[in-house]
Parts: sequence; C-alpha cells; structure tokens
Amino acid sequence: MKKIVILGAGTAGTMAANHLTRLMDLDEWQITIVDEDPIHYYQAGYIFVPFGKANPNRLMKQKKNYLPSKVRALQQKVELIQPENNKVILADKTILDYDFLVIATGCDIYPEETPGLAEHEWGKSIHSFYTLKTAVALEEKMRNFQGGRIVVNVVENPIKCPVAPMEFLMLADSYFTQKGIRDRVELIYATPNSGAFTKPVASKLIGDMLDRKNINVEADFYIDRADPDAKKIISYDERELEYDLLVSVPLNKGSDVIGKSGLGDDLNYVAVNKSTFLSDNFDNIFVLGDAANAPTSKAGAVAHYATEMFVENFKHYIEGKPLEEKFDGHTNCFIESGYGKGVLLDFNYEQEPLPGRFPVPGIGPFALLQESRLNHIGKLSFEWMYWNILMHGRKVPLAPTMSMAGKWTDWEKRFNIA
Amino acid sequence: MATKVLAGVTVEVNEEGFLVNPADWTKEIAAELAKEEGIAELTEAHWKVIDFSRQSAGTSGAAPTLRGITSGSGVSTKELFSLFPKGPAKKVAKIAGLGKPEGCV
Ligand SMILES: Cc1cc2nc3c(=O)[nH]c(=O)nc-3n(C[C@H](O)[C@H](O)[C@H](O)COP(=O)(O)OP(=O)(O)OC[C@H]3O[C@@H](n4cnc5c(N)ncnc54)[C@H](O)[C@@H]3O)c2cc1C
Repeated sequence: MKKIVILGAGTAGTMAANHLTRLMDLDEWQITIVDEDPIHYYQAGYIFVPFGKANPNRLMKQKKNYLPSKVRALQQKVELIQPENNKVILADKTILDYDFLVIATGCDIYPEETPGLAEHEWGKSIHSFYTLKTAVALEEKMRNFQGGRIVVNVVENPIKCPVAPMEFLMLADSYFTQKGIRDRVELIYATPNSGAFTKPVASKLIGDMLDRKNINVEADFYIDRADPDAKKIISYDERELEYDLLVSVPLNKGSDVIGKSGLGDDLNYVAVNKSTFLSDNFDNIFVLGDAANAPTSKAGAVAHYATEMFVENFKHYIEGKPLEEKFDGHTNCFIESGYGKGVLLDFNYEQEPLPGRFPVPGIGPFALLQESRLNHIGKLSFEWMYWNILMHGRKVPLAPTMSMAGKWTDWEKRFNIA
Repeated sequence: MATKVLAGVTVEVNEEGFLVNPADWTKEIAAELAKEEGIAELTEAHWKVIDFSRQSAGTSGAAPTLRGITSGSGVSTKELFSLFPKGPAKKVAKIAGLGKPEGCV
C-alpha cells in the first residue's frame, strides 16, 4: 500500500481528504488524516459572534462527520515531521510513514508575541475575535459597552482574512447605531498597511467606506507594545493610541510543528511554489491553505480553489507527469459593511479587484466592489455551502481560476470618474 | 502594464510603481526608487537591509515581511523605522525591486 498522510483536518485538509478518497484507488492507497482537535470551526462566522449575530454552537461541528469513513482519522497532535525520512511523529509516539504528505495545519494567533497584550488585561480591556473563545468573550464586552474609544489593531501581516478587521469596525458602527449610542463610541482602525484598502481601484471606489461611517484610520501603524495599565498601544515610531477597548488581531503564525521540523520561514509558513503548492524543498510534500507561504490571502475561499487545483494535479503527478494545472491566486471575499449589506472582491495574483458582476458576467447576482444587500446574503449562504458542499468535497460550479468576464475594465467611464 | 524610465533604463512597473520583474533591478534603479520614497541617499545601513531582502526573495521575488527582515538581517525594528520611515516593509520591497509584501487588499 502506498500512503498519503494529511496533517490538519480544517478547511483544506477536510476537502483534500474527501477529494482524494474519491480520486484514488483505495486498494492501492491508504489515506490518513491527523488533527489534535475533534471540533471543526467555521471561522468565517466568528465575525458575527461579538455582535450577538451568530450562535457559537452553530459554528462548531464534529470533524469526523466531514471525513470519509474510508480515511483513517487520528486525533493526535503532530509533534514532528521528518521530511528527509518521510515520517511524521505524533504526540503519542506513533510514527506514520508516507509516500506523499499534505500539510494543512493552518495558522493561529499568538498574542503573547506582542508585549502587554496577553497579560492581566487580556479578556478585560484587551480582546480579539480570531478564535471562537475570544469572539465569545468579546460579545459580552460589546454588550456592556457604554461608550468610549475602540481601537482595532492588526499587529502584523499576513493575517487570516485580511478584511475581517474592517468588517468588525463596520459592523460595530451599525451595532452601536442600532443601540442608539454611536455618538458615544469612537472607532479607530490602526493598521500596518498604508490605508484601509491599498489596491488602487479598490481604494478609489470603496476607500472612503470607512470615512463615511466615521471610522478613523491610523495608517502605517506597527505596534511595538501595549501598555495595559495606561490603556494605550505604542508603535515602533513612538506613536501612542489610547483606547477603552482594544480589539487586537494578534500576530498570525503557522503551526509550531512546522518551525520545529525545520520546514518554516520566520512565521512558520512552508515555502511552496505559488502555482502548484508543491514544497520548494521536498518533491513529495504539498502544502494547502493557510500553512503555505504563497502570497494569497489566507482565506477559506483560497484554500478551496487551491485544493481543487491540487487534486487535479496530484492525479497526474503520481504518474510521473508534470504539474500542469496552475493556480492563479484566485480569491473572492465578501466584506460585511454593516446594515445588512456587503461588498464582494474577486481578484488574483496579477489582477487587482475591479467592479463588475459575479459569477455570471453582466448579471451577477453579486456586485463586485459595490455595496449591496445580496452580497451580504451571499456571505451568509456561504456558511451553508461550506458545510454541505465544500466540506464533503463536492464541487461548486465556480471555476477555480479567475475570469475577467464580468469585470469592468472601463469602470472609470461607467462611474463617470475622470 | 506601464513602463517607466529609471536610471536611464525602461522597466515595467505596476500601478504603484513596484518593478514587475525583479530581474530588471540594478543598484542605480534602487537609488532612484529610494528618492521616490523620500530617502535622499542610501547609506551602508540601508544597503544591508536591501541586500538581505534581495537574497531572501531568491527566485520567488517575494518580499520579506518586517519580521523576516529583522530576524534575518540583524537590523532592529526601531532602526528599520528610522532608515525607512513609516512603512519599512513596503518601502524596502519597492526599493529592492520586489513585489509588494503580501497581505494587502
Ligand atoms: C475571524 C476570521 C474570519 C474569517 N473570515 C473568512 C471569510 O469571510 N472568508 C474566507 O474565505 N475565509 C475566512 N477566514 C479564513 C479561513 O477560516 C481560513 O483561511 C481557513 O480556515 C484556512 O484553512 P486551513 O485548512 O488552512 O486551516 P484551518 O482550517 O485553520 O485548519 C488547520 C487545522 O490544523 C490543525 N493543526 C494545526 N497544528 C496541528 C498539530 N501540530 N497537530 C495536529 N493538528 C494540528 C488544527 O487543529 C486545525 O484543525 C476567516 C478567519 C478568521 C479567523
């Protein structure tokens, strides 16, 4: 028997397990998947939790219900990968041999990497929403918030779902407006980026979206440390920002096991070819989803397109054929903009987001780079699609590579922008 | 894709003035890109960071993150901010002829 071992049963690992089970001859191949946590979290739902708009229980499912019965599933922490010996060592000392390894261990938050964050004020005046636990704690804080200054701070890029901090602020704007206390709440976005949106067309078309909602942007802000007693964050160039509530998006890093196994960069991401997800250093290791260092957004949508592409390729690869399918960095993301509306972005490595209609050119139903009610509904229906289609390894009728059809390259004319 | 004359050479640049092909890069081009970013002269300390970033990018052309630069080149974050004020990661990437650091929308 030849062996495929998949590390991580989150978004990418679960999809890979389902696709590979269907694709491979299971009389010849044994597929094993390892994850330490029995729960599969719908992370894209975290954004709604602090506003009381998502029931935390709904965002948690048993991983085993989404894994094919023909796959051997082990609930164990992965301790070490030995790529030279084609072996994986688990916490209970089990040793797994593999012919091919699929790494899908994702990334997580590390608040302890920034002085002052994860200390005595963590969970009091300093919160996050990047894990279900922190999102639940923040819900109570938001419910009891009587007014003051809320600073949302991104510690460093890259982060999962780069638009989530802005979504949080826009949802907060509508949340406090509905509570009737918006005039007592100051909303600030402190980001290491040079602005809210940095791609030219997006910043022209929706760059003022935060302005219009009276959310102030503190750009080029690289946090050095938090002072939890004085309730302020301080940047490397000594700018100080006071807060009553700090909502932090802490440093995101790949899994520790990647670093320990000598496979990672300074943030524990594995170096891969950005079009094929084959490891730069080992020709029998593929890395899917957030664990890879590919310059995509770290998003479930990317993990989805990338995994479908990988599976097509893998079939040929094991026959000794070249990796022909090329991933183009295709990403789409729904941005919640508050008041039941949203914006949709669709882009890839080369092409920045443009306005237009998606997925059917001219028709939509989704509007690219414009606020609409349907975009918000799209975001909500993605949850159903995630559990019922994607996580069973079924295909959605969306091409994994980006299409220019439906994008308005003549947007300046259409919108009368000189 | 737009082109631009930098240090007497015509090169392809993207909408934000980043070189499209890292291979087009020369030290003279770096000096001109630095001026665009408000850095009048590239000192030895600047070069240490730029050289490291080009090396770390290798064939991928991917710019290192801020953390990547500090841990790899030994230059502290504080120092980086005084060498390349405001957004050092982005400025270094541009001057070193590499792609814009990932994670921006
Ligand atoms: C607040 C928030 C909002 C988001 N919003 C969106 C959105 O709107 N749209 C979108 O597309 N994406 C969104 N995302 C991103 C999306 O959830 C992730 O990009 C996606 O889940 C990545 O999939 P993955 O398989 O790479 O990692 P994950 O799904 O995180 O899975 C990694 C798995 O590896 C396991 N693991 C790690 N290390 C070990 C180890 N040593 N041993 C054993 N198991 C291990 C973990 O337990 C986990 O199950 C959001 C994320 C967050 C945090």
